[in-house]
Amino acid sequence: MELCELTANELHRMLTNKDVRAEEICLSVFERIGKTENQVKAYLALHHGEALEQARAVDRKIAKGEEISPLAGIPVALKDNLCTRGHRTTCGSKILYNFVPPYNATVVDRLNEQEVVVIGKTNMDEFAMGSSTENSAYQQTCNPWNPECVPGGSSGGSAAAVASGEAICALGSDTGGSIRQPAAFCGVVGMKPTYGTVSRYGLVAFASSLDQIGPLSKDVTDCALMLNAICGHDPMDSTSVPTELPDYRGALVTDIDGFRIGIPAEYFAAGLDDRVRRVIEEAITVLEQCGARVEETTLPHTEYALPTYYIIAPAEASSNLARYDGVRYGYRVEDAKDVLDMFSRTRSQGFGAEVKRRVMLGTYALSAGYYDAYYLKALKVRALIRRDFERAFEKYDCLISPTTPSTAFKFGEKVDDPVTMYLSDVFTLAVNLAGLPGVSIPAGFVDGMPVGLQFIGKPFSESTLLRAAYTFEQSTTHHLKRPSLTREVE
Amino acid sequence: MSKYEPVIGLEVHVELQTASKIFCHSSTTFGGDPNHHVCPVCLGLPGTLPVLNRKVVEAAIMIGLALNCSVARFCKFDRKHYFYPDLPKNYQISQYDLPIADNGYLDVQDEDGNPVRVGITRVHMEEDAGKLIHQNTDDTTSYSLVDYNRTGVPLLEIVSEPDMHSPAEARAYLDKLKTIIQYTGVSDCRMEEGSLRCDANISVRLRGSQTLGTKTEIKNMNSFRALQKAVQFEINRQIECLETGQRIVQETRAWDEVEGVTLAMRSKEEAHDYRYFPEPDLVPIVISPSWIEEITRQLPELPDARCQRFIDDYQIPAYDAGVLTGSRELGDYYEECVEIYPQAKTVSNWVMGELLRLLNDTNSEIGESRVGPRQLGEMLTLIDKGIISGKLAKEVFGEMFRTGKDAERVIKEKGLEQISDEASINAVIERVIASHPGPVADYRAGKDRALGFLVGQIMKETRGKANPGLVNELLKNRLH
Repeated sequence: MELCELTANELHRMLTNKDVRAEEICLSVFERIGKTENQVKAYLALHHGEALEQARAVDRKIAKGEEISPLAGIPVALKDNLCTRGHRTTCGSKILYNFVPPYNATVVDRLNEQEVVVIGKTNMDEFAMGSSTENSAYQQTCNPWNPECVPGGSSGGSAAAVASGEAICALGSDTGGSIRQPAAFCGVVGMKPTYGTVSRYGLVAFASSLDQIGPLSKDVTDCALMLNAICGHDPMDSTSVPTELPDYRGALVTDIDGFRIGIPAEYFAAGLDDRVRRVIEEAITVLEQCGARVEETTLPHTEYALPTYYIIAPAEASSNLARYDGVRYGYRVEDAKDVLDMFSRTRSQGFGAEVKRRVMLGTYALSAGYYDAYYLKALKVRALIRRDFERAFEKYDCLISPTTPSTAFKFGEKVDDPVTMYLSDVFTLAVNLAGLPGVSIPAGFVDGMPVGLQFIGKPFSESTLLRAAYTFEQSTTHHLKRPSLTREVE
Repeated sequence: MSKYEPVIGLEVHVELQTASKIFCHSSTTFGGDPNHHVCPVCLGLPGTLPVLNRKVVEAAIMIGLALNCSVARFCKFDRKHYFYPDLPKNYQISQYDLPIADNGYLDVQDEDGNPVRVGITRVHMEEDAGKLIHQNTDDTTSYSLVDYNRTGVPLLEIVSEPDMHSPAEARAYLDKLKTIIQYTGVSDCRMEEGSLRCDANISVRLRGSQTLGTKTEIKNMNSFRALQKAVQFEINRQIECLETGQRIVQETRAWDEVEGVTLAMRSKEEAHDYRYFPEPDLVPIVISPSWIEEITRQLPELPDARCQRFIDDYQIPAYDAGVLTGSRELGDYYEECVEIYPQAKTVSNWVMGELLRLLNDTNSEIGESRVGPRQLGEMLTLIDKGIISGKLAKEVFGEMFRTGKDAERVIKEKGLEQISDEASINAVIERVIASHPGPVADYRAGKDRALGFLVGQIMKETRGKANPGLVNELLKNRLH
């Protein structure tokens, strides 16, 4: 097995045993990129030189006998909506084609403190709006399990990079499922932490009250290591929690004896692919065998999650994206007649169709005379959805569901039908509305395509989720399978 | 009296003098090279987030208390959207439905000295925008530059009820508001530097009517004088409209200082839909009663209370007390001076007379005076001791004001000590009597006025330095 196919946890052990050098790991990843990136197209930018430099710095530290952090020397990919000082951060949009931030996102600083090796910036749906990464202004990223299929989105580049060995771990962002859905489609682990766990400073905002940064990795252990590195209070983000957070590695025990797990009936209703359902049912059996008590429960307001989400997220997006006007940075039209002409043509040409659709939806929802009927109503429904979960968590340690109603779909299949596309996030977006943690882990396959199992917990119960996910993972082998694309290149 | 009654409400923006901006660490210093007091947060660069400056909340609470408002236990920020190049995020972080303070009042006096209570609708916090600098405005190559130094400087917006009914009342309200804010120390309120800005909402109605007429909003008034002139113009314009059977259009109008007119900017139909919604990047602000108590304790004595104390403690006329408490610095000056020289009315006369006249002549402010309160007090003591005459004291004070020197030094350098030695004065009296036999005869014949002439001659001979009381006494004795 190539180094690039191992996990951060395995590689760390090898590094500290001096069985391998960080430079070799880094080169292995770049070698894999050389072989597969032509097809996968996970990256918008590679930071080749800096990555090797960082790897060598870690090697020097090891040579001197200094202690290294658990992620030191580990190649990591960053979604291109995370600001990187001195490196282009495009958000997959033409309007930011030349934007080079003079600052790092807090998560980037935290990874740098750990001496992580940043490989590059990954492709995404423009401004994280989409479920297939097809809305990128730059390129189409393929699903490493089947190049005719989408990797999911919006963190499709990050998920595809981890699945194909083009990175050991990655960061994505999740507003309605943008980490968990591509993780499920690409057969990797993806977690959206509780709102407030990870600083949003330097994450280019889509919908501020829903956005959360999280890790994508090959297994649950790496997920915990990444979460340890990025979580915690940040004085630059008022919505980040001021409290002390646990060491998530401590959650990695294979013991869920007596766990109470609820299955929301609404997540197993119409629209769920029968073959996916069977995979999840098998997963439930595994959890029961591990000692969990699994029973059906209900989240009565589930059907309103999607419409609620598509009021709140576009409303916030219409506001957050107002700043892209060509005045200070990014794309600007030539020969504008006046300032209004500059604004409107810059935005018409700089944004793609889906972004414009959501800006218009959001602008409408916030307009005088419509605010109460749409935005305010959506906030009330959001409270009801949150309450559904609170009630469920009075009884259960966590909830489980399929991460997505189907496995990865083909390119072009849904891109012209926004509502169908939106439905691919139907099991994930309520979690964002309620601010809860959710993790998707590999649960099996349908026709060779990965299926994701989602664990949902109450706020700040990441340790519980990781423990349940770890127990499941250690009882199965799905996470050890590697996609066909990478098998072909070997 | 006109059959129409004007109705005026003011919206005042005050820039707070915090060290850093409302949502970031950038400096609030006025001026500086363009775009030097900026950072990624106040430039609204992608991914940056605001973090509220606690000092701004404290200043807002203090102003709320000073304006007799109730301070909210819970308030939040909202986003106000409009596209303009001086607004980096194309929305302003402001407060919409839950302002930090509301329902207060301010007592002022109308032009006849009658009390008028002006309601304060609300006080809220927000961020300032940047500044556009237009280039080549006359030709086709025109463009605009933008300076974001001011972006994110904390502002308080103070909205009054429509409780004012004349330009003078509006002016009195703004004067009083400025004084109170200056007393609290949260802003310097310099209209010319833009740290105090004022918009006026104006309507007119038939006197006695209870319903409000259609209002217009007047912007771009850059001085207290401009406010008064613009409000007067707009009242006249609206009355003229009604008198000639025209309809008043609800609109925003700009004051043109050069032409002395208000001009239509945009109508109600063209008004922005600001699409307010709660700012998701900031958490709501919870204000505890103990926090309010703490700030209440920090609240300085305000002008009205101080004015009453001056009247009571110093026994000076209400008019004097009003002038002296018109600014915190002037009041402080007065009090320090009285501590040295306790004849309060004399101090009041000097401060309100000579000092304010000289400050006015040199277009300077009390803080810039080179004569400190201690120096004035010492000079007044010298008058009492007979070292200088009251008349010469003005000359001495003028020199002190110009040079900053102490009274004693000025007196010594200029040789202005009063002559109180009888022999010296008698010698001058003899000379004057000898050279003015006519007036001497007149006086002896009963014409008292002639004495004044002779005293004048003696003062002239001594270049004003002779002690006038002594001159009078000795001259009378000599002529009897």
